[in-house]
Amino acid sequence: MTDLIGFSREDAGQPPSLAPAYGSTVSRSPRQPLVRIPQTLTELTGPAGCWGNLMGAALADLTTQHKAMPQGQRIIVAGRVLDEQGRPVPNTVMEIWQANAAGRYIHGKDQWDAPHDPNFTGAGRVITDAEGRYQFVTVRPGAYPWGNHKNAWRPAHIHLSLLGPAFATRLVTQMYFPDDPLIEIDPIANAVPLPYRQRMVSRFDIETTQPNWALGYLFDVVLRGREATPFEDDHHD
Amino acid sequence: MTDQINPAPRQDNQDPALFGQTPSQTVGPFFHYGLPWKGGADLVGQSDMGARPELFPEDHYVLNLAPPKGAVGGETITLEGVVYDADGKPVSDAMIEIWQANAAGRYASPDDPRTDIPLDESFIGFGRASTSDEGLYRFRTVLPGVVPGPGNGLQAPHIAVGVFGRGLIKRLVTRVYFEDQAANQTDPILALAPAERRDTLIARKVGDAWRFDIVLQGERETVFFDI
Ligand SMILES: [Fe+2]
Repeated sequence: MTDLIGFSREDAGQPPSLAPAYGSTVSRSPRQPLVRIPQTLTELTGPAGCWGNLMGAALADLTTQHKAMPQGQRIIVAGRVLDEQGRPVPNTVMEIWQANAAGRYIHGKDQWDAPHDPNFTGAGRVITDAEGRYQFVTVRPGAYPWGNHKNAWRPAHIHLSLLGPAFATRLVTQMYFPDDPLIEIDPIANAVPLPYRQRMVSRFDIETTQPNWALGYLFDVVLRGREATPFEDDHHD
Repeated sequence: MTDQINPAPRQDNQDPALFGQTPSQTVGPFFHYGLPWKGGADLVGQSDMGARPELFPEDHYVLNLAPPKGAVGGETITLEGVVYDADGKPVSDAMIEIWQANAAGRYASPDDPRTDIPLDESFIGFGRASTSDEGLYRFRTVLPGVVPGPGNGLQAPHIAVGVFGRGLIKRLVTRVYFEDQAANQTDPILALAPAERRDTLIARKVGDAWRFDIVLQGERETVFFDI
């Protein structure tokens, strides 16, 4: 078969599985070392171009899914999905979920008493174009309290899930907002060491902002990229 | 009107000095209305398995119901198991993803160059399942065929698995092998797992289902891979 080109491994910005300040990691992270394996055809392939058949068509406007506009600050989030070499990742899916403007999730196990918004679910999905670009419209989510430690509050964030071209490129992350003082005291964001934590902080952008309509934020997602040369042990035609 | 001017650049997502892999973060406990679509765990049929629609109001179900599928070649199997934490407690807010070849051993991916092996029009090979309140996940799929491995070798039938959940800052990766496969003896990836822990990668037939529990930590901790 043809040569397989592998993906680079994790870079220094990836967090460890065990981050004790985030309490739930203590009993849910492995203690045995990970077993390093070569990337085979299994890791180097993944579903592609079939998003409609899998999870459904794009839902790029989270503010028009119900009868009326949701409460809160309307925002546009735009950017590109790239690989580590800066090349666009086209036709890939990004799934989106978040709390409403008050910081409440439409989820039965979210017991905080901030109000639900009947006009806001907080789930969406976009597919990147040929240049890796995406854009979606939503409301800025609120911060919310959680039980990790005394007076713990999550900074405002949007959950993002990407598949990329292969099993190896799968990524779930969270996008944060600039000038949020909660980021630097949040154990989940700080599982990522500085300065890499700042890769998850979006940038306010006046060009993306639409007059009299919505504030714009830029957020590029960078997935693991294909290395320059094929694996040596795959020269076996 | 003044020119539109952005605030001063700062250390953030757009800072070229920081360019690199976007860090992983947990899915948290509230992903059920955003990720696991109905039918996401049924790779061969039309059921709605995989989702937890009881966790949120029906008019907030914007996720897909997977479209009907045609007949899929190969042996249909059920793959199921419980996700456990270090204390042996089931994990009720985990999410499992699988990726596999079809019964003929072909991946439904443009990066699988073996066009001589037929694709199955109705089979993608990617699935997603939430765990239940009892920590149980369940997929319906087909037994995958053998696929090429490193060098000239072959890999025994296997399914790649990703584990997500509250308390998992990044995905954990493992594999399911099947206990009745002679090819397990020569599988190059199984051989890399410590011999005394290798059986954590092997599903056993229990009743009609293939049973594959996932232990995040502790005694009988599942072997997780660095890929
Ligand atoms: Fe969250």
